[in-house]
Amino acid sequence: MTNLARLGRQYWPTLGLFALLLASWQIAVSAGGIREYLLPSPASVWAALWHGDTPWAQHLWTTTFEIIGAFVLAAGVGVALGVAIAWSPLLANALVPFLVFVNTLPKVAIAPLFLIWMGYGIFPNMLMGALIGFFPVVINTAVGLSQVEADMLDLGRVFNAPKWKIFAKIRIPNALPYILSALKITATAAVVGAIVGEFVASQRGLGYVIVTTQSSMNTSVAFASLIWISVVGLVLYGAVVLAAQLWAPWAEGVD
Amino acid sequence: MRELIALDRVGMMYQGASGPVAALAGITLEVGAGEFVSLVGPSGCGKSTLLRIVAGLRPATVGTVTVAGRAVRQPVADVGMVFQAPVLLKWRSILQNVLLPAELAGKNPASLRGRAEQLLDMAGLKGFGDRLPRELSGGMQQRAALCRALLLDPPLLLMDEPFGALDAMTRDDMALELLRIWGERDLGREARKTVLFVTHSIAEAVFLSDRVVVMSPRPGRIAADLRIGLPRPRTVEVRASEAFGKLNLAIFNALTGRVGDAPSA
Repeated sequence: MTNLARLGRQYWPTLGLFALLLASWQIAVSAGGIREYLLPSPASVWAALWHGDTPWAQHLWTTTFEIIGAFVLAAGVGVALGVAIAWSPLLANALVPFLVFVNTLPKVAIAPLFLIWMGYGIFPNMLMGALIGFFPVVINTAVGLSQVEADMLDLGRVFNAPKWKIFAKIRIPNALPYILSALKITATAAVVGAIVGEFVASQRGLGYVIVTTQSSMNTSVAFASLIWISVVGLVLYGAVVLAAQLWAPWAEGVD
Repeated sequence: MRELIALDRVGMMYQGASGPVAALAGITLEVGAGEFVSLVGPSGCGKSTLLRIVAGLRPATVGTVTVAGRAVRQPVADVGMVFQAPVLLKWRSILQNVLLPAELAGKNPASLRGRAEQLLDMAGLKGFGDRLPRELSGGMQQRAALCRALLLDPPLLLMDEPFGALDAMTRDDMALELLRIWGERDLGREARKTVLFVTHSIAEAVFLSDRVVVMSPRPGRIAADLRIGLPRPRTVEVRASEAFGKLNLAIFNALTGRVGDAPSA
C-alpha cells in the first residue's frame, strides 16, 4: 500500500496530463465537429483496438516477431563487431570507416532494395530493424571494452594473463552497462525498422495495417495500430531497462 | 644481506612531442630481501615509472634490472601491486576481487578461498567479503586491494602511492596497519616481504621505511639514499621523536637541494 502510495505520488502528474489530453481530444472531436476520418475520437480508437474486423493477434505477432528478430540480430552482430574492433587494431582499421559509412546511409532508403533482393516476408523487415539499430551497439561495446583503468590492465599483465582472459574477466563485464545502454536505443530502432519494412513490402503486420487504412480512410484503425506498436515498443524497452538493473546494478548512471 | 632487487645504471627515454625525453637516468639501486624502501620525489621524477620497470611492465631503455636473481624482460609474475586507486572490479564482491590474481595467474581460486578470507580478517574486513566495492569506504577498499596483492604470497610488494587518495587520519591508520600486516612485530627480516613504496609524503616514508631513496626530476635520478635507523616496531610515538624530525628535515633538504645537517639517527 505504501508502495502504491509512493508510485501514485510520483506518477500523478503523468496520469493527470494523459487524462487531460484524452479528455480534450474527445471534446474537440465530439463538440468541435472534427470529422472521424481526419481525427477519430478516443472512444472509437478504443473500439477499433478490440474490434474483430482487424485480426490484431496475427498482425501483432508478425510485427513483434520482426522486432524481436531485429533486436537480437542487432545486438548479436553489434556486440561481435564491437569485440572485433576492441580485440585487434587491424580489424578496427578495416571495420570502423566501413561501419561509419554504412551508418551515414539513410537506411530507410535501402528498404526498396531489400524488396528486390529478398522479396516479401518477415526476414527483410527484421534486417531493416537490425540495420537501423546495430551501430550504437558496436560503438558502445568497443568503448566499454576499452574504458578499463590502465592500472587494472597492468594487474592483468603482471600475472601474464592471456588476452582472452582479460576480455572474459575484466573487459566484457566492464562493457556490459555500455552495451545495455546502447540496447535501449536499439529497442526503439528495431520498432522503426520493422514498421518501415512493412510499409514498403508486406502483407501482414501492424505497419501493413496502417498502409491499408490509407485507402479506406479508416483512421481509427490506424490509431489503434499505432497504439499496439507503442505497446510492443514499450514492453521491449522496459525489458532492456529491467535487464540493465538486473545484470549491471553497479552501473547506475552510465547513461 | 641478499638483495631482491638490483638496478644497474637504469635509464628510460620516451618519445615526447618535441623529441626524446629522458624520464630516468643512471638509476643504480639495490633493495635487500625483507627491506622496506620508499621512493620519494616531486611529481614527474619518474618514481612510478621506476616501479613499473621493476615489475617488468615497462622496459628500461638502458641498464639492467634484476629481481630475485633473474633479469627482468617481461612482467614479473611473483609480485603484488597496489596502486593509488583501489582498482577493484565494480561488479565483483570484495572476496571475488581478492581472488582475482589467482584467476589471472591460472590458479584455482577455490583453493585460495581460505587464504583470501584469512587476509580479509587480518585487514579488518571480516564480514565484508560479500559486499560490493562501492559499499565500502575508500580506506576499506584500499585494504581489500592490499589483500589482493598479498593473495599469492609474493616475496615483493610494489606500492604506488597507495594511501595518496585517503584523508590524513585514514592515511596514518593505514600506515600502521601496513606495518602490522607486513609482520613488523611477529616476523623476522627473512620472513617479511620486500616492499618498494612510492610516496609524496616525507613523513610517511620515514615512518614506514628502512631506507628512503630521494629522487630528483627530469631526468629522474637518485639524489640521496638515507637509512632510517628508527627502532621497530614503529609506534605512533615515533612521530613525535627528535630523530623522526631530523630525518624528515634531512629528506626535505635532499629533495629541495638545501644544505642542512646530516642526519644523526
